[in-house]
Amino acid sequence: MALEDKVVDIIVDKLGVTRDQVKPEASLIEDLGADSIDTVDLVMTFEEEFGESIPDEDSQKLKTVGDIIAYLKSKGKE
Amino acid sequence: MHAMSNGKIYAAIRGAGHYAPERVLTNDDLAKVVETNDEWIRTRTGISQRRIARPDEYTSDMATAAARMALADAGVAPDEVDLIVVATCTPDMIFPATACLVQNALGCTHAYGFDLSSACSGFLMALETATGAIESGRVRTALVIGAEKLSSITDWTKRETCVLFGDGAGAVVVQASERPGILSSQMGVDGALADMLSLPASGCRHPASEQTLADRLHYVHMSGGKTFKSAVRVMADTAVQVVRDAGLTFDDIDLMVPHQANLRIIEAVAARLEGDLLPKCFVNLDRFGNTSGASIPLALSEAQTLGRIKPHDKVLMVAFGGGLSWGGIVVEWKP
Ligand SMILES: CC(C)(COP(=O)(O)OP(=O)(O)OC[C@H]1O[C@@H](n2cnc3c(N)ncnc32)[C@H](O)[C@@H]1OP(=O)(O)O)[C@@H](O)C(=O)NCCC(=O)NCCS
Repeated sequence: MALEDKVVDIIVDKLGVTRDQVKPEASLIEDLGADSIDTVDLVMTFEEEFGESIPDEDSQKLKTVGDIIAYLKSKGKE
Repeated sequence: MHAMSNGKIYAAIRGAGHYAPERVLTNDDLAKVVETNDEWIRTRTGISQRRIARPDEYTSDMATAAARMALADAGVAPDEVDLIVVATCTPDMIFPATACLVQNALGCTHAYGFDLSSACSGFLMALETATGAIESGRVRTALVIGAEKLSSITDWTKRETCVLFGDGAGAVVVQASERPGILSSQMGVDGALADMLSLPASGCRHPASEQTLADRLHYVHMSGGKTFKSAVRVMADTAVQVVRDAGLTFDDIDLMVPHQANLRIIEAVAARLEGDLLPKCFVNLDRFGNTSGASIPLALSEAQTLGRIKPHDKVLMVAFGGGLSWGGIVVEWKP
């Protein structure tokens, strides 16, 4: 499965939103209704699924779906 | 201590009790003290209210009340108790140990005892300690108590922490048994993460001074987000390990009693375990908040009172707290 699809699947599952809401420019908090704890849980799930530990300094910058995909790609994930 | 038929002495829980102070502090009450609201607290933590001890009601009083109920449930007389372990991070005093005050209040004339300090995982470490003492044959009957007056170490000016905690106590009676009651256990600590969750002053590093008071070092300090992450990971990993070590699967578990810190932590742990475990999780933090060392025994005893735990049930307990420290135990209840 492509990285994009995997990320979208995780967000759909964790936040209970529909696939078409999870656009690259969608903000986790403003558009997808995540609260601060959802964002912590999401980061943990990305760490577990992609085998990459994401330090707090980095996770604080991951605001949109596109931010997450770009970040994981920059770590060589696909 | 006589040897059992196969030479092995097992330990088993024979009774449980709990006590919660009368005064209820609701989220709306808290909103009058700090900048917060019921909606935020409920959605972020699952907590609706907590109990607060009277000014003249102490950890030893709550421990004694819970222990009395546990002894009655087990049908054990106070003078049959050999060992009293009180898990607490809010002892009445640095010394004597709270266990001594409980011993005297109950009239456990043949017991020795001590306090065990391991924050929110204290009760499981105390149960592990009592189990070892019983299995070795040195002790036949132990009272294992978790009791806390967290309201005495809560910074009521800090909304990040003061909404989380409450007071209360729980206790179990553990006895030598021919049938295994404690099926598996796993404990751990990681002192590299000591700063994540701590009460910095009152010990020898920062004895009370005007400075420690001004810096509010006599209260709980915590990094919430980091604690959340570690809590979820270590409780999920420990649960998997102790269930496997007990020779069971999650299907065999009748009830899971996680440390009652935050409903969102419990949900995130359950989501990482096999099967649909959330319906099997006992939750009473909505009414009691996080009572640290008291949380698991308070939940166990309440679950039994409500009919959620019956004899022979397989009960999985997992906890996590300052230290960092963690533990997991699988028991067969009253085997
Ligand atoms: C404490 C905890 C609920 C905080 O949740 P969080 O999502 O990490 O919250 P944050 O600290 O990121 O804060 C998010 C926002 O809510 C605000 N906030 C914090 N506490 C608040 C409260 N009581 N009421 C209203 N708002 C609050 C913050 O100021 C922040 O606002 P901002 O986004 O405008 O800056 C959570 O981290 C947690 O439960 N951690 C584990 C703690 C624990 O269980 N400890 C004991 C273990 S034994």
